[in-house]
Amino acid sequence: MSTLLRTEHLGMQFGGLRAVGDFSLELAEGELVGLIGPNGAGKTTVFNMLTGVYAPTSGTITLATKTGNAEQIGGLLPHRITRKGIARTFQNIRLFKSMTVWENVSISRHFQVPYRLAQGVFRLPPFRKAEADLRSEILELLAIFKIDNKAEMQASNLPYGEQRKLEIVRALASKPRLLLLDEPAAGMNPQETLELMELIRFIKERFELTVLLIEHDMNLVMGICERLLVLDYGLTIAQGLPAEIRNNPVVIKAYLGEDAVHA
Amino acid sequence: MDIVSLFFQQLINGLSKGGIYALIALGYTMVYGIIKLINFAHGDILMVGAYIAYFVFAAWGFTPGSIFVAVLFAVAGSVLLGISIEATCYRPMRSAPRINALITAIGVSIFLENFPRLIPAIGPNYRDLTVPKLFETIHIGEVSIDPLKLLTLVVSLVLMTLLILIVDYSKAGKAMRAVSFDMGASALMGISVNRTVSFTFALGSALAGIGGVLYMLNFPLLDTYMGIMPGLKAFVAAVLGGIGSIPGAILGGLRLGIAEALTAGFISSKVMDFVVFGFLILILLLKPSGLLGVHRKEKV
Amino acid sequence: MKNLRSTLLIFVVAALGFGALQALIVAEILDDYTLQILCVAGINVLMALSLNLISGFTGQLALGHAGFMAVGAYTTGVLLVQAHWLLFPALVAGGLMTALFGLLIGIPTLRLRGDYLAIVTLGFGEIIRVAINNFDEILRWAFNSPDMVGWTGGPTGLSGIPGYATNIMVNNPAAFLWIYPIVVLSVVLVMNLIRSSHGRALVAIREDEISAQAMGINLFGMKLTSFTISAFLAGLGGALYAPFIGYLSPPGFDFLRSVFFVIIVVLGGMGSITGTVIAGIGLTFLQEFLRTSAKDAGNGLVVLIQQNLFPSTISAGAWSVDLVPLSQVLFGLILILLMIFRPGGLMGTRELPLTRWLTTPWWRKKESLP
Repeated sequence: MSTLLRTEHLGMQFGGLRAVGDFSLELAEGELVGLIGPNGAGKTTVFNMLTGVYAPTSGTITLATKTGNAEQIGGLLPHRITRKGIARTFQNIRLFKSMTVWENVSISRHFQVPYRLAQGVFRLPPFRKAEADLRSEILELLAIFKIDNKAEMQASNLPYGEQRKLEIVRALASKPRLLLLDEPAAGMNPQETLELMELIRFIKERFELTVLLIEHDMNLVMGICERLLVLDYGLTIAQGLPAEIRNNPVVIKAYLGEDAVHA
Repeated sequence: MDIVSLFFQQLINGLSKGGIYALIALGYTMVYGIIKLINFAHGDILMVGAYIAYFVFAAWGFTPGSIFVAVLFAVAGSVLLGISIEATCYRPMRSAPRINALITAIGVSIFLENFPRLIPAIGPNYRDLTVPKLFETIHIGEVSIDPLKLLTLVVSLVLMTLLILIVDYSKAGKAMRAVSFDMGASALMGISVNRTVSFTFALGSALAGIGGVLYMLNFPLLDTYMGIMPGLKAFVAAVLGGIGSIPGAILGGLRLGIAEALTAGFISSKVMDFVVFGFLILILLLKPSGLLGVHRKEKV
Repeated sequence: MKNLRSTLLIFVVAALGFGALQALIVAEILDDYTLQILCVAGINVLMALSLNLISGFTGQLALGHAGFMAVGAYTTGVLLVQAHWLLFPALVAGGLMTALFGLLIGIPTLRLRGDYLAIVTLGFGEIIRVAINNFDEILRWAFNSPDMVGWTGGPTGLSGIPGYATNIMVNNPAAFLWIYPIVVLSVVLVMNLIRSSHGRALVAIREDEISAQAMGINLFGMKLTSFTISAFLAGLGGALYAPFIGYLSPPGFDFLRSVFFVIIVVLGGMGSITGTVIAGIGLTFLQEFLRTSAKDAGNGLVVLIQQNLFPSTISAGAWSVDLVPLSQVLFGLILILLMIFRPGGLMGTRELPLTRWLTTPWWRKKESLP
């Protein structure tokens, strides 16, 4: 398996605050890796750097292109990074509230749409064909996740669990190679979490994805992640297999404090 | 007049007008700091203050007593107006998108500028006032200094100092700073957000009201639209100084007054407005946080 | 092809509407005066449409559209008066010149946060006005010929703009013949834009910029495109205005005018095209009514009050009330009340069912709407 993404000494400094320091990660194609750590450890900051929301203040991010070359993507604008095949979901769901489910998903397909603005304005043939194709493509995608019957519903009217699902579907629609999930199980009960674990395994297979996820729910993390990285105060304090991490005293101390280590 | 004299002449004119701009700019910056709203209607408070003073002078002439009453009434009127506007029009907008609040402010401004024109007693016509020469002009070389302008500057500076004292050292001032920084947290700490916001508006409006009186004494031509230009310029000043920053507003106002006066003196008064707006746009493009302001990123 | 059919249908409906208006004119039900107001209404709708595109659909509040209108109007006016261009090319040139301005203004400013963009566009509106005022002087200084005949006429204005040539219809101000089709076409094309992937992208930007970017939308590029198209349409509105009114002067394109367009957009619903059309026509008529009838009505009322309640003052003179600012007062109130009680305006982000039927893509009809 080849490396899809590599970061070297990635760091983010906000004025006097070091949010993330010396973050190094190597993601092989097809891996399912988890990024964990206490609140405020810098996990979402890592995501934001990977997706271009922040320009890293130090270090590099290298992405393997489809042709096999390595490309520096640190500091690129978010939409450029997305177009290179990295998609993400947000910790607090950021759906387009006034748009329908279908429309929400269609946004991810915009940059791949095969007609230009003028062709849309004048309703020329490329527009009509493309919109029809888009229509059925997205409905098919929605059907896989069993929400096609709600395609015309306003996104804000969906129940919370389905909104989370829609977040993920929307990210998938851009046909990414790497999917970043930011706390996908937030606010879910154990049953829903189990379903989510199934879903993640499923989409990884079905869409040939590499997945990097941030999560606090240990059941999910231990259940599906092949490998874990642990952050605390911006630094990587541990890396390895879930079983190793679970018993790692440094990790326990970070989460639960000194006393828990000896418990 | 030689260049040096012209320079000093315009410098004094500029500082004087700039002092008034600073007073208005303070209102803009404080309100923006606390509820993140550009109060379009702020310039019109200047107009209200000016008109109130005008009516006092029209009725009682110019005596030390009437001046005192004029200022008193102008301040009272402005404060009342400012607080009422906040309570009725801006408070409901606190949780609304910023665009909505901005549009509301525009609506208030238009209303304030045009409603008085309907009232026969005020009417749409210009009013002017013959302000008696209260002091003798001072001559230094070729430069003639109207003490009124000096007085205006002094009054402005005194008020600014008072304001800074209030904001930095009083309990209410501390509350203002807290709410400006984090409204939610302040409420949790037991600060009455509504009262603090009202207080902020009261302070800003009082300054604008007095600014209106000063403006009217220096430029005694009244019209309900008189607050638009000074208001806009004061706003530019506030932004240039960094919106939300009190020292920024003061310096911005003074700077703008000087820049305006120097442009009028050395180039042409017609280009004055052009320069002012051009400056604004230039600064916004090069440094959106103004020259002293805080630019906070949205948390993702 | 059903989509082609629905587009054709719109034009058929528009043509029928036009024919109906013709009939009304011939039957002398619709007089010159009303037609004139309809022309103004058409231009206002176009202006508001342009503003709605950038502010309503893309979510970037712009407060200087009167400035764009001025650029379009003066470009066309100058070309017609000084360079003796033909009408159609002059109109197109007006729109294109304004689009260029939009591009130049948009490139640096669309990187700014929302509040700031509003202020900058306001500033530009003022700058354009001042620039037009001083344009001739600058021209004379640049060419070093103080006697040169100015282009824009500066503060005294540009007069003698040739009007629309009268032809084709009996008793029909030709202006209407030009304005109406262009406005309808613009409305249809903007609607088409909104109902395309690019239109959805604009709305996504309005809803959540960060999220839209994460989905691959080029934020700056789309905003700039929207702003430039908006400028073009606004310039076109100004271009249509010039020959209609025959005389241009800078004070006519002030901030109050920009605000009037904002009011139309807000009242109609930021994000609804039919709302803009309805509000545009409605407010134009309201403004005209307030300008004329209300004044007389107001004075009549005041005199009535005087005669019955204060008869002693009659000898001193009849009271009169200047209701000219009334429209402004009302507009201010409308804005405030709308924002507090009904920020979505008349239509919110919805369109009228009739137009929805005309413009919904053909595959949508198979789905049942929730």
